[in-house]
Amino acid sequence: METKAIMIVGVGGQGSLLASRLLGNVLLAQGYDVKVSEVHGMSQRGGSVVTYVKYGDKVYSPVVEKGEADAVISFELLEAARCLPYLKKGGHLITSTQQIDPMPVITGAAEYPEALAEKLAAAGADLTAVDALSLAEQAGTSKASNVVLMGVFASLTGFPEELWQKALEQCVPPKFLDLNKKAFELGKNAAH
Amino acid sequence: MKKLMLGNAAFARGLYEAGCRVVSSYPGTPSTEITEEAAKYDEIYAEWAPNEKVAMETALGASIAGARSFCGMKHVGLNVAADPLYTASYTGVNGGMVIAVADDQGMHSSQNEQDSRHHAIASKVPMLEPSDSGECLEFVKLAFELSEEYDTPFIVRMSTRVAHSQSIVELSERDERALKPYEKNPQKYVMMPAFAKGRHVVVEERTRKLIGYAESSPLNRTEISDTAEFGVITNGAAYQYVKEALGSRASVLKLGMVNPMPVKLIQDFAAKYDRIIVIEELDGIIEEHCRNIGVTNVEGKNIFGYIGEINQAIIAEKLLGKKNDFTALDENIPVRPPVMCAGCPHRGLFYCLKKLGVTVSGDIGCYTLGAAAPLNAVDTTICMGASISGLHGFNKVLGSESEHRTVAVIGDSTFMHSGMTGLVNIAYNNSNSTVIILDNSITGMTGHQQNPTTGKNLKGDPAAAVNLEELCRAIGIKRVRVTDPYHLAETEAVIKEELAADEASVIISRRPCALLKYVKHNPPLAVSQDKCVGCKACMKLGCPAISIRDRKAVIDHTQCVGCGICQEQCRFGAIN
Repeated sequence: METKAIMIVGVGGQGSLLASRLLGNVLLAQGYDVKVSEVHGMSQRGGSVVTYVKYGDKVYSPVVEKGEADAVISFELLEAARCLPYLKKGGHLITSTQQIDPMPVITGAAEYPEALAEKLAAAGADLTAVDALSLAEQAGTSKASNVVLMGVFASLTGFPEELWQKALEQCVPPKFLDLNKKAFELGKNAAH
Repeated sequence: MKKLMLGNAAFARGLYEAGCRVVSSYPGTPSTEITEEAAKYDEIYAEWAPNEKVAMETALGASIAGARSFCGMKHVGLNVAADPLYTASYTGVNGGMVIAVADDQGMHSSQNEQDSRHHAIASKVPMLEPSDSGECLEFVKLAFELSEEYDTPFIVRMSTRVAHSQSIVELSERDERALKPYEKNPQKYVMMPAFAKGRHVVVEERTRKLIGYAESSPLNRTEISDTAEFGVITNGAAYQYVKEALGSRASVLKLGMVNPMPVKLIQDFAAKYDRIIVIEELDGIIEEHCRNIGVTNVEGKNIFGYIGEINQAIIAEKLLGKKNDFTALDENIPVRPPVMCAGCPHRGLFYCLKKLGVTVSGDIGCYTLGAAAPLNAVDTTICMGASISGLHGFNKVLGSESEHRTVAVIGDSTFMHSGMTGLVNIAYNNSNSTVIILDNSITGMTGHQQNPTTGKNLKGDPAAAVNLEELCRAIGIKRVRVTDPYHLAETEAVIKEELAADEASVIISRRPCALLKYVKHNPPLAVSQDKCVGCKACMKLGCPAISIRDRKAVIDHTQCVGCGICQEQCRFGAIN
């Protein structure tokens, strides 16, 4: 199988590490060669963060470049727009509709672009936009938007359901498992 | 058993499986998780040392005592540890000793982009370089074997992409090893001139033997393609980009041992192709070596340059002329630089410094972000500890005119690392300098590591805590003040008083990092839309939780931790 590439993007602190761990476990359980690449350190402090997940028979490079991603999963609208160039023609763009102002917008040096979801759809992206923050709050905590979005992604891919459930059990502390399973379910249903 | 593992975790697994007993490191992105993961194995004694020099000396001492030992650091950390490194090359080891140095190509979290291979070459210490997690584990185990066989520490060079990528590794059991007996041997371990002269001869002889090893080592691997258009010599993460971009269009010589490098292996490979392209990140070290051994059909830096990371797209474009199609919005997408978190105790301090218009000699840590808009409060940032020693030099030139309007800012961990020697210099050589220690009770930027001021060790057990006030007084600073940066008026008053004083002073700005689990947050604050007049005074704090919507401030309740400095800032009582 040819290598597939997925990007998980958002703002530092939104929980992209858990999302990529879930996805990595699901792919590993299916017998793929898998690479997951993340960046730690300074950029995690509220900056743009990007995680690359690649799988196939044999994966070499851990990073994804422009025009290579089969799917982009974004936790924030502006970050979805920033990463659009990474999407392959016909690739899938899943985004939360949450908006977080970056510092240049806060200081008034720049403006947050209007109607980004509409513009992304108009640009030809195969777009699924979901209010992941509200769904996460419905599940019990705003912190679970990462798992909501993985639920959305799961509903658009054919990976076996039991592998996702097992990955949740492996990656989430028992105390928060029910809450995260609920968030995952809400995400799955939201895509349709 | 197969597992998906971070390169750094696989490195730690290698330490465990090789029977390593002692680990001493200082945190630094992207090397930190090696030591954090090693600490999870009960069989390994692991610690955070105050700095990399202490860590390396500890590891060398453990090696001389007969144990397999390890120390880890980022590229700039090896500069700090260069002193023991260059002489450990002469003494060699007893138990095997491995050093991790993690380069940060692309400067994701660093102040420079130096290539650590130069240190390996200059110190004559052999260096291996893995290209994925599986190789991290295997190379570490082999490095211990080779360290004992060739009687030298071994460096394993990591990079951001290898350290922070997860790939599949195969786990084995630990090889528990008896301590090697320690025998007194001054000719080997006392490096005074008479003995060191003898050891230098040993080092040169060892390097000659290691070149022989490099010629036939499985670390250096040739992958011949029948349809190759040219030959590529590569190392580390770049190997993965080469394989992905070029596939069977190139034959590849992958160097897993980057110091010393083979001679005949490279000459024979180069003789097979008209074009030899060296694809290596940062400096052209392999390429220069090729030229030095008479390989003239070599290219590399003329194509790929010396700056940043290489990737598969760059290789495909430069060598094959291939470019991917992609779509971009016709829109100005504002950048999203890293910022101090909501509730960060550093924010209040930098706000006061900006308000007072002082010159700020900065240092390495989360608080380097005080240089960014809208606070723009930092004037210089060089290396660990330079805030204090740099301020002393600055004040020695500009005198009292500068002394009353210039400060140094340094974190608690950085102060312990190499700030306190600078403070000794201020006291000893008498400059009227004002030093602010930003004590957030943790090593923040690298992801919350304990340090000698926190009262806990790497394993989380209780430990002696340095009392910063007493330490500063013992150094000879008579004026030592403590302030809470959540209280802006108090903090501003303390800074003013200490700047006005006619002797050196230390201000400890003390408040734990808002991300620490034990820190209790206040309920999020909200803006009363009736009272807010849209004056944007709160926006001057640069808090990521505050934004303007319809000309009035709003607070993002998912980010706000109720620190209250915006409340203190609001003259209309609109924030509650």
